[in-house]
Amino acid sequence: MNILEFSALVATGSVLAGFLGALTGLGGGVVVVPMLALLFHVDIRYAIGASLVSVIATSSGAAAAYVREGYSNIRIGMFLETATTVGAIVGAAIAMHVSGNAIAIVFGVALLYSAYLSSRSRVEHGESLPPTKLATKFRLNGTYPTAEGIQSYNVRGVPSGYGLMFGAGVLSGLLGIGSGAIKVLAMDQAMTIPFKVSTTTSNFMIGVTAAASAGLYLKSGYIAPGVAMPVMLGVLAGSLIGARVLVKARVKVLRYVFAAVIVVLGFEMIFSGATGRL
Amino acid sequence: MSTPRWDDLRIEVIIGALLRTGVILAASVVLFGAVVYVAHHGREVVDYSTFHGEPEALRGVTGIVHGALHMSGRAIIQLGLLLLIATPVARVAFSAVAFALERDYLYVGITLFVLAVLLYSLLGSH
Repeated sequence: MNILEFSALVATGSVLAGFLGALTGLGGGVVVVPMLALLFHVDIRYAIGASLVSVIATSSGAAAAYVREGYSNIRIGMFLETATTVGAIVGAAIAMHVSGNAIAIVFGVALLYSAYLSSRSRVEHGESLPPTKLATKFRLNGTYPTAEGIQSYNVRGVPSGYGLMFGAGVLSGLLGIGSGAIKVLAMDQAMTIPFKVSTTTSNFMIGVTAAASAGLYLKSGYIAPGVAMPVMLGVLAGSLIGARVLVKARVKVLRYVFAAVIVVLGFEMIFSGATGRL
Repeated sequence: MSTPRWDDLRIEVIIGALLRTGVILAASVVLFGAVVYVAHHGREVVDYSTFHGEPEALRGVTGIVHGALHMSGRAIIQLGLLLLIATPVARVAFSAVAFALERDYLYVGITLFVLAVLLYSLLGSH
């Protein structure tokens, strides 16, 4: 395959990945790495480096739209970024010391887990429990707009949420994904932050988390411009289109299709890693 | 009217604009680099199946800027990616200033910690 063909094909696949990632809220990164590794036979380290930069692009592009709506909580975001960025550097350091096959197996397990998380019905948390001492100390409690006007919320479970966020950072740095599903889990379920605030703040944090490990990847020669270019441009374009049609699309059906694709890719990655084919 | 107050909403609007500008700028540079790269090397065969690690010139800020000034397509792409990585870093740096203007010194400290981690990753020696 020559450079022109490779760039065109990878860009096309990345547009699709970004499009589906935006529609389903799972992000394009989870499909880009298996696509590059399994379909285009790109070394998984180059694949992760390319995915990581596309994650920064989509997160920053989408955050610009979200922050205006007043859902995201910049204090919660910044507070938890102290955990995700340190985790991301730990994850990137691990990635540089283990084999590509080991990374593929972890990647496969993470895919299966995120498919499980997205299919599971969410446990609604009860309204307005009192805030915890830590949440008040770090001024995490906030307000957000609802149909009935401005609603305030209290934050709980700060230590467990913080721990989950560190784990999300490690996975992001190790696998080159946004770990959005785990970030939302940490905020929505562990810290009882409203779902809409959790998803927008998570998206807001993904770019900073990815940037923390991207620097290390770049310096270590893991970001190949020939791979990252079509991935970054493709995923960004796809996610922007996805965000526009989001309102009209039948997202529920798409979510199941996408979850099924992720399960197949997850098993494929584990199999390829276990048999040493990557 | 009084001088604009530094509240969270105002900060968020500025951050949104900052992020959008960074992404548009980075994507434009990458696209330009892509055109130069494909125009010069489009017919060459690529194989990324074995990991070699990118050359030193495409790993650091000085090497990338130097290569981009010499119109190397790969270096221009890399420069765009560097701008992209710098976008969230700029967002964190701006947040530190904004929290200082709000006189929220606890969050100035938290934000500076995050900034230090990001700068360590990008510029620190390993």
